[in-house]
Amino acid sequence: MILSKIYNNTLLILATCLVLTACATKKEVATDAIKGQMQSDVYTGTDTVEYLADGVPDRVFFATNETILTTASRETLRAQAAWLRKNSSINVVLEGHADERGTREYNLALGERRANSAKDYLMTYGISSDRISVLSYGKERPVDAGSNPLAWSKNRRSVTVKAN
Amino acid sequence: MKKIFLILFLIFFSPIKVFALIEVDITRGNLNPLPLAVSPLSIDDKSKKSFEKILKKENIGSEISTIVENNLRTSGLFNPLNRDAFLQAPDIANLKPRFEDWNLIKAQALITGKVTYVDEKLRVEFRLWDILAAKEMMALAFTTVPSNWRRVGHIISDKVYERLTGEKGYFDTRIIYVAEEGPKTQRKKRLAIMDQDGANNKFLTLGNELVLTPRFNPTSQMVTYLSYFKNLPRVYLLDIETGTQEVVGDFPGMTFAPRFSPDGKKIIMSFAKDGKSDIYTMDLENRLVERITNHPSIDTSPSYSPNGKFIAFNSDRSGYQQIYIMKSDGSDVKRISFGNGIYGTPVWSPRGDLIAFTKLHKGKFYIGVMRTDGKGERLLTENYYQEAPSWSPNGRVLIFYRETKTNDKGEGFSAKLWSIDLTGYNERLVETQTDASDPSWSSLLSN
Repeated sequence: MILSKIYNNTLLILATCLVLTACATKKEVATDAIKGQMQSDVYTGTDTVEYLADGVPDRVFFATNETILTTASRETLRAQAAWLRKNSSINVVLEGHADERGTREYNLALGERRANSAKDYLMTYGISSDRISVLSYGKERPVDAGSNPLAWSKNRRSVTVKAN
Repeated sequence: MKKIFLILFLIFFSPIKVFALIEVDITRGNLNPLPLAVSPLSIDDKSKKSFEKILKKENIGSEISTIVENNLRTSGLFNPLNRDAFLQAPDIANLKPRFEDWNLIKAQALITGKVTYVDEKLRVEFRLWDILAAKEMMALAFTTVPSNWRRVGHIISDKVYERLTGEKGYFDTRIIYVAEEGPKTQRKKRLAIMDQDGANNKFLTLGNELVLTPRFNPTSQMVTYLSYFKNLPRVYLLDIETGTQEVVGDFPGMTFAPRFSPDGKKIIMSFAKDGKSDIYTMDLENRLVERITNHPSIDTSPSYSPNGKFIAFNSDRSGYQQIYIMKSDGSDVKRISFGNGIYGTPVWSPRGDLIAFTKLHKGKFYIGVMRTDGKGERLLTENYYQEAPSWSPNGRVLIFYRETKTNDKGEGFSAKLWSIDLTGYNERLVETQTDASDPSWSSLLSN
């Protein structure tokens, strides 16, 4: 798990170095780095991702104001479903989050809706609803304290956490 | 609190209504606040010593006057003049002001008074004078326990404000809010309460669990708020006098966005389940729960009209957050926000004619007001992030919170309370001991 994180970070550093040599100005580096980590408003990087097991990322990301699962998110959730089927004694909490660019109360509801969107997908892959609970944090627990589009994209997420 | 605070209106010096006196117009932004003099309340030596012993304040008369000065200045409608310029001694001014002296320093109104220590109580009398008309406008006296001295200052402020503007004041009030500390990613939040001017700050929870969106009951010292106690986000009811609290209703999921009905007998809130949030009420007497909306969208941030007949709320049923109103039984849902951008947190004015809201448009957050039919939208303030307005009980001032933009490293985050006049003037930072958010203004503690 740690190894894979180090591996990912190394890759990122390598990528940044490449970009650095390729680009003339600092500003372009920043936008390129964002491009590599976001696709149409959804975070595609791995900076904040942790793993429930080898090859089972713990979180999925959303576009602004959206609760729709992307192709990558569905892939992540299928991996989680397979892992949950294998480990039938494990229950999970899906923690839904929003970015800071919304009113607190609406964001609480939005976080709940995001977590439920992930829950529904896990259920269609055979995981009983008894094993999944949902908890919204709204915008209360960002992983990235930044006030920029990349930070916000990391914070719009549903994280699957072991409950037992 | 109310019980021990027995205001005895002993004397009304001027029962006859006097005509053509000064008046402050508060319907427009006031760029020329009324100059007035707050003469320190006079105090005899014996009373002074007694209060010094009890309250550890060297001159309680002067302290009370300072509270009055600060309140009136903060309102933006008055300009309390510097005491150094006063020519007349406080005790003599209270008996009979030399109007020409006060006129000379351009004061248009004068507040004088006297503090005495009587039967272990604090007795205050004060008078409001019209300098130009050379007349007394008002005179009141009351007696209370000495520890209530700050409230005496607030009540005097309210009386003066009411006499000069024709509208009730908002100084003898409190603010409940969320005190914040720690890094943005792991914020520690506690319920806190303070007087409207920031004094007497008290923390009501320890910070072991996340707490959000406290709101006052308009008729009692009860508060409703959201707590993540045991990681179950639920609406709670807290009695701030006894400290007892209980969960509101028995919902199989998150309840949030609570607010009281105007009569204080119901809590209205959202309940989230399976990705949809609907609005419910619970009667605090018989505990009956009633469902008000039933829609696959997110319906939240409900707020009653002051007569209890309507509810304003926030819904994304059109695709994005907009403001809607409906009858209190959930019928006749009508969208009222049609401007550019998205709209949230509608809060009905205590006067009933306006709805305050948060608006997000082109990456900026605004606090604004609109009429209850959605017309006449007026944006009062623009910022990187601000939301959650709460009305002063007289419907003249809005308090809300503002968060700063962090730098690329995620540093420099802060959350603060701000207030602004309904006219869009007089924007002010409301000082708090810690960072702060989610303010809610109480009703007047005394009437």
